[in-house]
Amino acid sequence: MTKRTAALLLAGFIPGAALAQNGEPFEAYAQKIPGTEVTIQMVPVKAGEFLLGSPAKEKGRNADEGPQQKVKIDAFWMGAYELTFDQFDIYTDAEKDKTPLPDGMTRPSPPYIDLTLGMGKSGGYPANSMSQYSALMYCRWLYNKTGVFYRLPTEAEWEYACRAGSATAYPFGDDSGQLDEYAWTVANSGEVYHKVGELKPNAWGLYDMLGNVAEWTLDQYDEKGLQKAAAVNPWNKPTESTPRTIKGGHYLDEASAARCASRLKSEESWNFRDPQIPRSKWWNADAPFIGFRIVRPLKQPTKEEAEQFFAAVADKFVGAR
Amino acid sequence: MENEKAQTFHGQSRRDFVKKTGVLAGGLIAAPYLSSQANYFSGAPDVIKVALIGCGGRGTGAAVQALSTKQNVRLVAMADAFRDRLDGSYNNIKEAIKATPERLQVPDENKYTGFDGYKEAIAKADVVILTTPPGFRPIHFEEAVRQGKHVFMEKPVATDPAGIAKVLATAEIAKQKKLNVIVGLQRHYQTSYRELYKRVQDGMIGDILSMQVWWNQGALWVKPRKPEYTEMEYQMRNWYYFNWLCGDHIVEQHIHNIDVGNWFMGETPVTAVGMGGRAIRTGKEYGEIYDHHYVEYRYKNGVVMNSQCRHWKDSVSRVDEELVGTKGRVICDRGVILDHKGKPLYQFDRKNHNQPYQQEHDELFAAIAKGEYKFADTQQGAEATLSAIIGRLATYSGQSIAWDKALASGLSIQPERYAFDAPPPVMPDAEGNYAYAKPGVTKYFS
Repeated sequence: MTKRTAALLLAGFIPGAALAQNGEPFEAYAQKIPGTEVTIQMVPVKAGEFLLGSPAKEKGRNADEGPQQKVKIDAFWMGAYELTFDQFDIYTDAEKDKTPLPDGMTRPSPPYIDLTLGMGKSGGYPANSMSQYSALMYCRWLYNKTGVFYRLPTEAEWEYACRAGSATAYPFGDDSGQLDEYAWTVANSGEVYHKVGELKPNAWGLYDMLGNVAEWTLDQYDEKGLQKAAAVNPWNKPTESTPRTIKGGHYLDEASAARCASRLKSEESWNFRDPQIPRSKWWNADAPFIGFRIVRPLKQPTKEEAEQFFAAVADKFVGAR
Repeated sequence: MENEKAQTFHGQSRRDFVKKTGVLAGGLIAAPYLSSQANYFSGAPDVIKVALIGCGGRGTGAAVQALSTKQNVRLVAMADAFRDRLDGSYNNIKEAIKATPERLQVPDENKYTGFDGYKEAIAKADVVILTTPPGFRPIHFEEAVRQGKHVFMEKPVATDPAGIAKVLATAEIAKQKKLNVIVGLQRHYQTSYRELYKRVQDGMIGDILSMQVWWNQGALWVKPRKPEYTEMEYQMRNWYYFNWLCGDHIVEQHIHNIDVGNWFMGETPVTAVGMGGRAIRTGKEYGEIYDHHYVEYRYKNGVVMNSQCRHWKDSVSRVDEELVGTKGRVICDRGVILDHKGKPLYQFDRKNHNQPYQQEHDELFAAIAKGEYKFADTQQGAEATLSAIIGRLATYSGQSIAWDKALASGLSIQPERYAFDAPPPVMPDAEGNYAYAKPGVTKYFS
């Protein structure tokens, strides 16, 4: 990773840091979305070290999950839940957002068909079907609104948080027989996503990391990405609009695709039934199974760095999916 | 086809006809016909020239799909009421086909704007794509066929019964001229629906007893009014919210699901009765259309199709069709056929999903290149459209609307004159609000 991209990741390594920049304690909090009663529950994830990827003998393993790399991760907060439509729609729906949009930002245009596909919207269902661009623009909007820098997790941050200290296929061990207690997969989902937080969390208090909707990360997908992973805060910075890395598996996946180390690669075809040109920048007509959760790096960037970050990941790849 | 039309329009079943001949309704109908009058002459013998009439997002998509077929296709002319829409479309097409830039050959003199530009654009082409707001479809289709062109036209094909009558009359001429016509009811070109249809025809669910169809979704776009707009321009830019242009969302979108009901039944409904209104979307920016409709369509043999559509944000959405038969049920969106105990009899393999919008163009241009006459979708497109229209007339009036009476009514909701300084058929009041239909008060076919 170059110095410039390291700066973009915006999180210097601060061992044992217990306080955020502005002096607030490094503990769970609820981010209120200004002008609304809606909050986003954030959970602290301490800095640490772990083995990224899966061992060659792990059941169900794919070639792109190795070789395992020891990596250090800086501290951050992560959404305890997948982002919900109740939270997402304040950005998409002008009637719910009483304050003006920040300069230069637009709201996602409504899709031609409702991409929840009848699986549920209000009341705690995960926001789904958005492009990665859309997820990043949500982070940018939230940053502009709150002054707190939020972004998608890197692939390594995501896996570190998912494992929650474990080194097994699932955060609770290697036995997929227990997965139903933690994750909505094809075995128990009824082929629809469910309200967030109905099942057990992992050891760090994160719900639905596996299953339900799969989650966008900030990384360009590279089959051999793990070989190249940096030792500290690895991030395969985007160079193309597609493919990006998705983690966690989803409600249509088998248990083997909903392991901590499993990776999914986004595809252009995820929007193949969108009949319009230009295709929606914001939505994926054929990927109802993706969503995301947000992170807040403990070491917050300057305003300039934050703007540089969004320029590099969002403006440069408008419509990335 | 003669047979099919005569039967359907005398209120009889097309189903037996379809069963006997064993062909896909609306799909691969007539035998290949080698045309000596293949209608394209372009210098290069294999070049097929296309004109795009209606340059919105969907028209642009359709043009790109036409230009992405295996044939030697060229876009040579474009028409839209608005130059800004046309230019945006041109740029988006250019971007989308940048690997084959030679396929876009629309010089400035072949870009036509205003209400009448379509005539000259059509003249430049062998195949025309009709993707304006549906209120214009009958006159554009008539002109395309008058000029002897093959047609891809988007659904719906009209917004009122008079428009349907014109489209059906034009279909007869298209048939005589052996012009291929595909209507963008793309479920007919979607592999999963074709597989389900085959199995229903083969009796997997027995006889159909009832049907349930949905287009329930959230809100759509609105374009803000600008001071320089005439009322006509405002309505044209916000065409979704005005019936003469759009037909209401029961016609513009829900037609897909109603069409599936007709297709699988092999018939059209005899009557429609229902309810609807503006519950959520009440502002003046939403023109005159309703935000929900619930219609009970009754077929000749008593089968009922319950149809619901709504534009309600934050409510449960579903876009689907479910058909219940004596031996089982079909759930179309899931591509599954179940028996009455819930046991799967058939599951469509998701891996075989195709891109139906591309499929329409692949099949159309392949036929045209071979000089074949294979596609006459107009009848089915008109039947689906009229089915949706009688749904609207039923929810608007609160009365039971008969298919035959509606078709014979000649009811037109079009303006007397198409021009930017002409008054549209519905005008706002002093506060900018539009009158909308009131069941029990609004009347048709008086």
